[in-house]
Amino acid sequence: MAAGTELTPSEYIQHHLTFFEKPIGDGGFWTINIDSVITAALLGVIGLGFLWWVVRSATSGVPGKRQAFVELLIEFIDDQVKGVFHHGDRNRFVAPAALTVFVWVVLMNAMDFLPIDIITKPLGWIGLHEWRPVPTADVNTTFALSLSVWLLMIGFAISAKGFFGWIHELFCAPFGKNPLLWPANFLFNLVEYISKPLSHSLRLFGNMYAGEILFLLLWMWAATGLAGTIFGSILGLGWAIFHILIVLLQAYIFMMLTVVYVAMAHEHH
Amino acid sequence: MNINLTLLAQAIVFAAFIWFTVKFVWPYMLRAIETRQKTIADGLAAAEQGRRSLETSTHQAEEAVTQARRRAAEILAQAEKRAAELVDEARSAAKEEGNREKAAAQAEIEQEVTRAREQLRDHVASLAVAGAEKILRREVDAKAHADLLESIKRQL
Repeated sequence: MAAGTELTPSEYIQHHLTFFEKPIGDGGFWTINIDSVITAALLGVIGLGFLWWVVRSATSGVPGKRQAFVELLIEFIDDQVKGVFHHGDRNRFVAPAALTVFVWVVLMNAMDFLPIDIITKPLGWIGLHEWRPVPTADVNTTFALSLSVWLLMIGFAISAKGFFGWIHELFCAPFGKNPLLWPANFLFNLVEYISKPLSHSLRLFGNMYAGEILFLLLWMWAATGLAGTIFGSILGLGWAIFHILIVLLQAYIFMMLTVVYVAMAHEHH
Repeated sequence: MNINLTLLAQAIVFAAFIWFTVKFVWPYMLRAIETRQKTIADGLAAAEQGRRSLETSTHQAEEAVTQARRRAAEILAQAEKRAAELVDEARSAAKEEGNREKAAAQAEIEQEVTRAREQLRDHVASLAVAGAEKILRREVDAKAHADLLESIKRQL
């Protein structure tokens, strides 16, 4: 809370939007946002570790509640993938990758629900003054995901059509094989290849970042007095409930786009 | 909001997580789910088969009951016919027996009549002889018959 300290509103927000950065070389690129990486890794370990723990003792008989929940999740993902991906055995890579994306992104998005000041104050006591708990509100994280998917996309395109087939498609699709159309085709594909990872990552980032900012504004209002605290809390509750939808929806969209991109990479034109 | 090395770190983490899921999470769950699906499918198939065999045996049982009923009706009809026959036979046998008895009785009666008639004839004859003897005894003339008696004596 800003109350009790001497932070101005802009300083409060600025404070919460500062990464815990650790430079490991010269230049702006050679720094690591420790908070994003640690939180993301921890959430992934918790989420996927939970799945692993349940799945390890999975029975094909009558499942317990825990297993039923995990099965529900896995079958949901599998249904989605089944509807989009028709290019070979989805169980080998695409479906589990989609599960990873969904679980991980949901958990990272869900960090928005934690009361930020209650999380960061104790971390400040042990010397971690800057800690942003939502990894998906870090553009690095979303780009890491979308660029990984982008690389997968290119990799699958090449493995499905061969390197020259891929190059051929870059120049001969979607408009036609005529050499006059090659520049147009290439330009079109270039735009597509650039826009895919951009929209993929920025959509998630924008939603989560906006959510975070809105929470910060509400909590700042909550620090202005009794009325602010009451209304800030009520609106914070409302926004948090609405945010549940955004968290799940954005994770779902991110997962679906991952599957769609990989499926599209397999398609011959 | 600047791009930095975090990108690479997160990408590596992401790759590791995907590898983990592909390797350790997905296959086990899928195996369990598929095994269960197979079990359920087998169970449904078995139920279907059981239903069908039940149908067949019900059908067979009905057929058997129908056949048995028909057979019973046949047997009953035969028995009735036989009973009627027996009654007829008994009746005709009794009639025959009666006729025979009647004939025998008639024959006996006739015999008796004949015998009585014979006896009557004998009696009548002896009565006639006795009457004739009485008549003759009064009318006989010893003298007139002496010659006759004499001639009989000679013949002796």
